Amino acid sequence: METSEIDMKRKRIYAREEYCVGCRLCEIHCITAHSRYKDDIVKAFKKSAPRPLPRIIVEESKPVSFGLQCRHCEEPECVKSCITGAMQKDPETGIVKNDETRCIGCWTCILACPYGVIRRDSRGKKIASKCDFCLEDGGEPACVKNCPNEAIYIADAGKPIKSGEAEEPGETNQSGGSVEYEESGLREKGCEAR
Amino acid sequence: MSLSYQTPEFIVERNRERCIDCQVCVRQCANKVHSFDEEEQKVVSDDSKCVDCQRCVCMCPTRALTIRRNPLEFRENANWTPQAIKDIYKQAETGGILLTGMGNDRPYPIYWDHILLNASQGTNPSIDPLREPMELKTLLGRKPEALKIENGRLAEKLPPQLELEIPIMFSAMSFGSISLNACESMARAAAELGIMCNTGEGGLHRKLRRYGKNTIVQVASGRFGVDADYLQTGAAVEIKIGQGAKPGIGGHLPGEKVGGEVSQTRMIPMGADAISPAPHHDIYSIEDLRQLIYSLKEATNYEKPVSVKIAAVHNAAAICSGIARAGADIIAIDGYRGGTGAAPTRIRDNVGIPVELALAAVDSRLRDEGIRSQVSLVCGGSIRNSADIIKAIALGADAVYIASSALIAMGCHMCQKCYTGKCNWGIATQDPDLTKRLNPDIAAKRLVNLLSAWSHEMKEMLGGMGINAIESLRGNRLMLRGIGLNGRELDVLGIKAAGE
Repeated sequence: METSEIDMKRKRIYAREEYCVGCRLCEIHCITAHSRYKDDIVKAFKKSAPRPLPRIIVEESKPVSFGLQCRHCEEPECVKSCITGAMQKDPETGIVKNDETRCIGCWTCILACPYGVIRRDSRGKKIASKCDFCLEDGGEPACVKNCPNEAIYIADAGKPIKSGEAEEPGETNQSGGSVEYEESGLREKGCEAR
Repeated sequence: MSLSYQTPEFIVERNRERCIDCQVCVRQCANKVHSFDEEEQKVVSDDSKCVDCQRCVCMCPTRALTIRRNPLEFRENANWTPQAIKDIYKQAETGGILLTGMGNDRPYPIYWDHILLNASQGTNPSIDPLREPMELKTLLGRKPEALKIENGRLAEKLPPQLELEIPIMFSAMSFGSISLNACESMARAAAELGIMCNTGEGGLHRKLRRYGKNTIVQVASGRFGVDADYLQTGAAVEIKIGQGAKPGIGGHLPGEKVGGEVSQTRMIPMGADAISPAPHHDIYSIEDLRQLIYSLKEATNYEKPVSVKIAAVHNAAAICSGIARAGADIIAIDGYRGGTGAAPTRIRDNVGIPVELALAAVDSRLRDEGIRSQVSLVCGGSIRNSADIIKAIALGADAVYIASSALIAMGCHMCQKCYTGKCNWGIATQDPDLTKRLNPDIAAKRLVNLLSAWSHEMKEMLGGMGINAIESLRGNRLMLRGIGLNGRELDVLGIKAAGE
């Protein structure tokens, strides 16, 4: 399908920290989607030992939290640093993928990644584990599909949707959250709590 | 500490076959029912803290959780019910007034469920709303005694009217008692639906001022957040005399809920208790009420209708007659099942009367006195579905207020613990960890869905009765019949018995 290919080229995953409830269902569904039992969470957790790592990580410093996974950078440091050429950016979709058959587990990409979203997967042959945009499952990432509060969503690369609350000009910032939220003092309170 | 006689109200059942110890329940419960036992490497639950809000049940990815009522029984006693005994244990332990949230939950009769609607059969045609236009538009406000028309146009300006696309409004719930996200969800839905959202007594947050055209601003006994700009921003002003859940009682928002935003919106110091006195201290009579009504009309240049909200109490009819004569454009009657963020249990469960009876009595009284067209009547206090609305309008209401239904649409599970400030659904709380659980994008959509569905159902019911405009149903009690009611009740409701 030509249209979906064109769409995929431009799509990225974004987070809305103001609505992330910190439940970590994204991590659970990510684990399931990358296990042998894609449609059965119970089996994915109880039968696939060792369990796959979640490729999304919920960063949390209450009350702020958000799901973070590979940003699929325009100029990915991990691709530049990969010594075997396993880490590749797909010229069509812009998705950064790790070819696990070529990955030797040297972890250079982990050192290079500015977001800390690549993890060591030591099950069997050690490899670098990162978000693959659930391309094998049709490209609707499990984290997006299963977020109970729509706090993870897909949008055009570089164009996160505006938060509904920020309809007036000057109220949005780049991440799609609203400036209002920062002004509200919730951030400050969160910092105090730390 | 001496032994507590309180026992868990609910039992948390965890299906160990399905539980994957992912700890979503642990992270979602503000009451700390669930915890992860590091030693055993598994999630465990403390039943005694569970309030049955079902957040964990809905969030559990493997549907491993169920909540049941604790089957623990006292020796059977029709007089000393388990609730009566437990209340005494609680008060003997704390020495405090029993508090609760949401509306009266006692098994009093629900008159809506004893009223049946008519339908056309043969002698007059029913109408299919999918094929023919059906009007739900409603105008609230004083109607002129007669219309003077010159050259095909109205010669005199109509008194200010509130225009509603459907005869439903979101009732008063203050920012403070509920979260800003909850307020915003309702404001957005009201704007999309062409209806009104009431601020409650907590002022109007600056972020919500853009929805002013769809906002009724409330002036209550605490006068929180009231200034000229506030009055000008709203489409109408409502004076709150009373609330169905706690007639005769004021309000108390504890200081811990008065954070920066609430403090700014209410115009009170941060951390200060927000106390709404039981009466307005400048209203000790209907004459005083008239002064406040006209002060507010003066302040808003006679451009906005002024509403007066009272709790349904024994003399509602006489009181409303006075309110109409005091110059109110709209009277809102709140029945004893109306919700609240916090009320003394004994007040909630024992004070006030059913709104069905109050509404019928008020409508009859105003008609008898020939002043019904001077005011619009709004009925609230547990409107649960579209049929309740149709029945309310046929009993004499111009529109209805909904609040509990709106909260339920947004996720409320009626656990009645609003007063604890630990609402796991992000509604009745100011805790930033919890308020972010309510995404206004989702909640506003759900509210719009609910009211759109109700509109369709109302049109179907109207069509069935052969009526094509809600205006033709107003006060049309011939469309109603009572079932299972005694003669006195039928008289008060002003309806015939089924079969008559």
